[in-house]
Amino acid sequence: MGSAHAIEFRNISKYFGRKVANENISFSMDGGMILSLLGENGSGKTTLMNMLAGIYYPDEGEILINGSPVQIRSPKDAFSYNIGMVHQHFKLVDLFTAAENIALGEHGKLDRAAISARIREISGRYGFIIDPDKKVYEMSVSEKQTVEIVKVLYRGADVLILDEPTAVLTPQEIGHLFTVLRAMKADGKSIIIITHKLNEVMEISDEVAVLNHGRFIGKVRTCDTNPQKLTEMMVGHKVALEIRRPLPVDPRPRIVIDDLTVRNHEGVNKAHHISFTAYSGEILGIAGIAGSGQKELLEAIAGLQVITSGSIKYLPEGKKPMELVGKSPMQIRDAGISLAFVPEDRLGMGLVGSMGMSGNMLLRTWKRGKGLFVDEKISRDLAEKIRNELDVSTPDVMYPVRRLSGGNVQKVLVGREIASAPSVLLSAYAVRGLDINTSYTIYNLMTEQKEKGVAVLYVGEDLDVLLELCDRIVVLCDGHVSGIVDARTTDKNEIGLLMTSIGGQPKNGETTSAEGGKEKADA
Amino acid sequence: MNALILLIYNAVLNGAPLMYGTMGEVLTEKSGNLNLGVEGMMYMGGAIGLGAAFYYEKMAGAAASGPVAVVLAILFAFAAGAFGALIYSWITISLRANQNVTGLALSIFGTGVGQFIGEYMRVQEGGFVAISNGLKTFFQNSPFPASVRGIPVLGQLLFSYNIFVYIAIIIALLMARFLNKSRAGLHLRAVGESPATADAAGIDISKYKYLATVIGGGISAIGGMVYIMTIAGCVWNHDGLAGEGWLAVALVIFCLWKPVGAVFGAVLFGALMIMYVRVQIPMVPDQLYKILPYIVTVLVLIAVSLRRKRENEPPASLGLSYFREDR
Repeated sequence: MGSAHAIEFRNISKYFGRKVANENISFSMDGGMILSLLGENGSGKTTLMNMLAGIYYPDEGEILINGSPVQIRSPKDAFSYNIGMVHQHFKLVDLFTAAENIALGEHGKLDRAAISARIREISGRYGFIIDPDKKVYEMSVSEKQTVEIVKVLYRGADVLILDEPTAVLTPQEIGHLFTVLRAMKADGKSIIIITHKLNEVMEISDEVAVLNHGRFIGKVRTCDTNPQKLTEMMVGHKVALEIRRPLPVDPRPRIVIDDLTVRNHEGVNKAHHISFTAYSGEILGIAGIAGSGQKELLEAIAGLQVITSGSIKYLPEGKKPMELVGKSPMQIRDAGISLAFVPEDRLGMGLVGSMGMSGNMLLRTWKRGKGLFVDEKISRDLAEKIRNELDVSTPDVMYPVRRLSGGNVQKVLVGREIASAPSVLLSAYAVRGLDINTSYTIYNLMTEQKEKGVAVLYVGEDLDVLLELCDRIVVLCDGHVSGIVDARTTDKNEIGLLMTSIGGQPKNGETTSAEGGKEKADA
Repeated sequence: MNALILLIYNAVLNGAPLMYGTMGEVLTEKSGNLNLGVEGMMYMGGAIGLGAAFYYEKMAGAAASGPVAVVLAILFAFAAGAFGALIYSWITISLRANQNVTGLALSIFGTGVGQFIGEYMRVQEGGFVAISNGLKTFFQNSPFPASVRGIPVLGQLLFSYNIFVYIAIIIALLMARFLNKSRAGLHLRAVGESPATADAAGIDISKYKYLATVIGGGISAIGGMVYIMTIAGCVWNHDGLAGEGWLAVALVIFCLWKPVGAVFGAVLFGALMIMYVRVQIPMVPDQLYKILPYIVTVLVLIAVSLRRKRENEPPASLGLSYFREDR
């Protein structure tokens, strides 16, 4: 690489209307390295990388590649400098095959056989598993990610940017991804990983660059630092990386699920004969590979799914028991059961992107006003309260939530659900893609609810967190309850086994038909 | 037997304008642009296509050549539709305005322009704009020699149509090949499915959207000219196109965004449109026949949505504007 840096940012700034995304950022990285770009949610990591990938154009400052200033005005320009980015929300055409997606944007004759051959060559070199002729809409999340990475390599990228690559993968898939990344590094590629997971930063990267509120804080060598120091750089103050877990006080059955079978909108059974009890004052974790029926289970409790058979008994304190099957979502909500579901795209369910915080509160409070008209003051006050309590970063409560960063969107969603003082809180992926600081805020919110005697059902992706946060964990495997374990005594291995095979016993001929099964076997 | 052949023959003839209207809109929608202005573009194509042939004949007099008149009519109709689609493209792609509103406006605008030009020509030329019978044969008769047309059954079934039917089939085959086999077709479909993906892959979104919409609009407009020159008898009348453009928009859904399907769909719709002449049932009024195409479209939509095959769904970003820095 000589004396010049592979990539250098000089005084880069980027604004979105009134919001500062990046301000005066300057740092550099050398080739053949893995650099982690670390920062809280909304700290401008993705924005900065989007400028390198040609999605955004910097308002001020310049980018240097191998020592010479460059103008990256479009993704095409980025390719010409051998820079490729794998976005957090995959940029793939669902209807196309892997090969078609990978070769998209090339010129010349469309020779499918040659494209497939080159894909096989690349995947062979780095150890990817990929079927060039498979349609993207039939793929699991990790397969899609593989297509994205191969696409970038196919284009001849020397610099790969990965935005939150591990957010959607199982532990085994993450292991495999890291093996592949190391192979690419050994091949001389430079890799930038946008992340907020400290253990992964420590495991995979050579250097760490930290951003905070759009500003560059510093760059350190991974071997010279530790998670505690990094967190302090990232957050700006000391943070306790511990989740409080008081013992449940006076647990009583709150939700009793008996032999529940749920059919999804396509008419496929997504949950089979599920039985368990959720107690008041405890956090019940629900673990499983993505798509194992977690979503359907929670939605069934909230009244949003077609229930084929079984019963859901709700035992509110001081009131008569109630059967939830057959009740409308509104009746279930009024009975004190709240659902805070954070879908992959964050805005898909629960929030209206183009409305402000206040407008989104109105979706819950509209019935509370007196008279004929909606009382907007109630929702505005609630929005202000949540904004202050959860430290939501928004210019004003009327600012469209679509324009907020992911973490702030989630705070709005979870905050609103908690504000209705539920006796059962259903939450799925509440910390999806969030940074440490916000995640811990959300964990503590869950624990506070638990201490108030709420039965909390928590569907999570991060096993480490499930083990620290929950009292008990229900493990789902392909829509069946594979086991219910005590979170204080179990470990990651046991849960991992339960996730992939019912009862944790690998059986002959039993396939883990859930998504990602194939990768796991290969990992 | 004869009645059936006659029904098919007339179905194809009546379907020919729809083939163009539909194929043009298929190409447009593949780029993610929902151009509801098909009716307007076909109107403009009809009036201007007729005008091109008429004034060419007027200038050339007896020396007027049939093939030249046909080519001129096609070119002017195409240019008229392309012009309408260019306005639409500028408003929706460059200015990112709402596609539905723009398309409806184009429909009204194009209908008005077509009517204006048609009526203006009519008044200027003394109340009647029509080309000579000699020239008409080039628009309305089969391009095949009598010996081929004379083959029993097959002759009438396959070789007796006007030139525009065959051109439409050729366009359909070329378009299908373009969309499915070529690099540019792949890029165009990517733009319509997921512009952000195409953009990240370095594809020029605006270029593809503009080209597909403008060429698609041109092809649609040829359909208007074909209607005037064949079904309407090479004469401008007050009725104009009587909603052909809207049928074409429905046909795009019916044919599941496939150009070859557009040809078959157009023939079926052609049959449904002339049923009231060919298959009369006592006591059933014409109006009931005339709603058949719409009923069939609804039925197909229901059938397709029940099957839920991803390949049959509309382009995923149909009707949406794309702006790279949007969050």
